[in-house]
Amino acid sequence: MKKPSNVLRIGAGASFADDRIAPAVALAERGELDYLVFECLAERTIARENLTRLKNPALGYTPRLMDRMAAVLPACLRNGVRIVSNMGAANPPAAARLILEHVRERNLAGAQGFKCATVTGDDVSAILRAQPHLPLMESGEPLESLLPRMASANAYLGADVICRGLETGAQVVITGRVADPSLFLAPLMHHYGWVYDDWPRIAAGIATGHLLECSAQASGGCFADPGKKDVTDLARLGFPYADVSGTGDIWISKLEDAGGRVDRATCTEQLIYEVHDPARYITPDCVLDFTDVDLIDDGLNRVRLTGARALPRTPTYKVTVGYHDGFIGEGQISYAGINAVAKAKLAAEVVQQRLRDTGFTYSEVRVDLIGISSLHGNGAVEKAEPYEVRMRLACRTTDRRAAEAVGFETRALHVNGPSGGAGGSDPIVREVLAVQSVLLPRALVDAQVKVEVHAA
Amino acid sequence: MNSNTKSSAKSATKRVYDLAHSRAGDKGDTSNISVIAYDEAGWNIVREHLTAERVMQAFAHTAKGPVQRYELPKLRALNFVIEGALGGGVTRSLAQDAHGKSLSSLMLTIELPA
Repeated sequence: MKKPSNVLRIGAGASFADDRIAPAVALAERGELDYLVFECLAERTIARENLTRLKNPALGYTPRLMDRMAAVLPACLRNGVRIVSNMGAANPPAAARLILEHVRERNLAGAQGFKCATVTGDDVSAILRAQPHLPLMESGEPLESLLPRMASANAYLGADVICRGLETGAQVVITGRVADPSLFLAPLMHHYGWVYDDWPRIAAGIATGHLLECSAQASGGCFADPGKKDVTDLARLGFPYADVSGTGDIWISKLEDAGGRVDRATCTEQLIYEVHDPARYITPDCVLDFTDVDLIDDGLNRVRLTGARALPRTPTYKVTVGYHDGFIGEGQISYAGINAVAKAKLAAEVVQQRLRDTGFTYSEVRVDLIGISSLHGNGAVEKAEPYEVRMRLACRTTDRRAAEAVGFETRALHVNGPSGGAGGSDPIVREVLAVQSVLLPRALVDAQVKVEVHAA
Repeated sequence: MNSNTKSSAKSATKRVYDLAHSRAGDKGDTSNISVIAYDEAGWNIVREHLTAERVMQAFAHTAKGPVQRYELPKLRALNFVIEGALGGGVTRSLAQDAHGKSLSSLMLTIELPA
């Protein structure tokens, strides 16, 4: 709907590094947006990008950065839509340079005076090396146990540092690791002058961010169940936007002509998504309390959110530590028709025996019968024999050659295994970057945060 | 599949699927699964019968537990937090569904007394 005069309108542009791009372009062109926010940094993505940057100092930002930016920048600059994103990943300055170069080369509207601000300082690996006693949140072990294998360590920064980027007047603010909802709170704090002891307002901003950070998951994505929970025109699913007033009133909606649905049902699923205790959703900006939140249908594809509360922020930042955790080797092959399941089970046994005979060892082995038990484990119902089944073998090891052998031996079943083995996969080897977390006092991190302006 | 419903007549049970919708999220090795009732009648049933114990029983073959249940009455929703449900954690799991996105579908298969 037409934007009311008393709101700030923020669009959701992406929910992960490989999200769809066209719905963000539609919002930039026709959404009457003030801001467009792209969340593109999953837990381990930054670890991978950190390794990329170590190999090549010009890289380390989200690989699809320029696909996304090239698509939305013309409309954003034309319509005065400011962009906030964590696509800087492990190298925000390199991302800013590419964006500047693009705006200049294409001579986009607004190229004169175009500025891109970067936020850095979330990389706390040097600080952590001096704090080996810190306990890991997951295992309780001291951090020391991971330090030799550490690939990255990044603190989830809050909205305050993004605000500093916005205060420079930059059209685009690029960060590394910040908390996802903080990307949305920052424009609200900046625009309305909200501050950190005004908890009802901070709560409204974080609740808005939480609803929008997964983009289409609030507007009909990850929702359809044909005949039971239908979504209009799912193929042309639009991304959501929020209208937020200066007092913290929140409405979630989408473009009228985009597919999808925004209602109490879609928004409730997203509100609870990735939340543990709804009374204590911890972010760098506040501890959000959802327990009194209501989502009220307020017109077609428009939902009002009320009742978000917050307690003050905690004295620590959560830090994600990425570390090398060996390899996973994987192979798949299919069987069909009479006795298909027995053939698949025999195939799995044969491959495992051959791997043992070669002398390879694995710390963990998983056999999936896709079509029967691959998603919910062997306790799930085993009804009538399916017509076809795909065997998947996945094994964990510290030895890359042992990982390669899993897919090699599985594919070789075509000739050397049970009858009728079909469609063997190419061998898959994944280098595992796992993550654990620690808490770090804020002051240690804040001292190294830098906001820089990159201009033509 | 649910041993405690075997003895009851078919008409006396309802699937969670018929009463509520659900989405699963992940954090480390923990899955959180919402159960959102379609209406007041469904809310009364899931609130009374879909206990943390009942959910642990349904997930026992695929999760270590424990299960914690939270209530959001205004939204007629429950939130189940299931630990040890993601094969050691999203970033290192051997599973196809490392995020446990499909676990909401398992939640919806649970049968409850109507």
